[in-house]
Amino acid sequence: MELEAAKMIGAGIAAVALGGAGIGIGHIFGNYLAGALRNPSAAAGQRGTLFLGFAFAEATGLIGFAVAMLILFG
Amino acid sequence: MSTTDTAAATAENAAEAAAGHGEKIIDPIHQFVITKYIDLGALSFTNSALWAVIAVVLATLLFVLAPKNLVPTRLQSIAESLYEVVDNMTHEILHENARTYFPFVLTLFLFILFANVIGLIPYSFTVTSHIIVTLALALVVFIGATVIGFIRNGFGYLKLFVPSGVPVLLLPLVVLIEIVSYFIRPLSLSIRLFANMMAGHMMLKVMAGFVIMLGYFGFVPLIAMVGLTGLELLVAALQAYVFALLTCMYLSDAMHVDH
Repeated sequence: MELEAAKMIGAGIAAVALGGAGIGIGHIFGNYLAGALRNPSAAAGQRGTLFLGFAFAEATGLIGFAVAMLILFG
Repeated sequence: MSTTDTAAATAENAAEAAAGHGEKIIDPIHQFVITKYIDLGALSFTNSALWAVIAVVLATLLFVLAPKNLVPTRLQSIAESLYEVVDNMTHEILHENARTYFPFVLTLFLFILFANVIGLIPYSFTVTSHIIVTLALALVVFIGATVIGFIRNGFGYLKLFVPSGVPVLLLPLVVLIEIVSYFIRPLSLSIRLFANMMAGHMMLKVMAGFVIMLGYFGFVPLIAMVGLTGLELLVAALQAYVFALLTCMYLSDAMHVDH
């Protein structure tokens, strides 16, 4: 039973990585919005870059999620 | 195959055992269990294959059935705006090579989009919530882009790992980082899609479990679920877009090594 408990705790710790992804995504969209409000005409051209940055920021956090899933069900 | 079979069998047994005892258990993993419809060993027709076929058929039907009017109908404008999204993306990133790779990127985008969105229907199966499916898609992109890069540039493609304007002292470290980041591409591409789909669906099922557990106050998580389902629709479309966008980026790397 102690192994089960350790697994649960480990999965919980691994899920903390998603907090970093949340911070990163918030930064990207917040800064995009700030820039877009200053110069709305240039905003549409940077949407591809926005989602690219979003994808990169999210990927690192999701690796933490994948680790959590592996610990729980792997 | 045998490990997935046993995993599926144990999951089913657990669910049946719980149902037999009359307990209300929440099993958010049960939706990902693969069942065989036609048993052919390694080539079995599973529920995953069935929903992949449904996604392909629906995506094809959308473009076949959409009328070609000057003033678009509703169905036609859905098809046209999907086409336009990919068209803009390929033109922005691949420039003069956009026409060549447009069919591939559009196919990939539509398959992932339809698989993601169809997976949100209750009792359906999300094809992209299994890492083996997304890894296969990502490896097609990765190996394809690498082969195209070597065909187009010869061994000059290796310049991708040596960025210009880096101090000589730092160069070995930078090359090492570039190589690692190149080979991690298929992993990050597949894990992003699969983890997003899986996490979203598990979250919806856990919330659905709360609706039953809370009894009369179940309407609170039920209202939250309406919002979350909307969010999941957004994520489903966004992840298909991001997958297609990164495919374009990797192909663009294979075309233009110099920057």
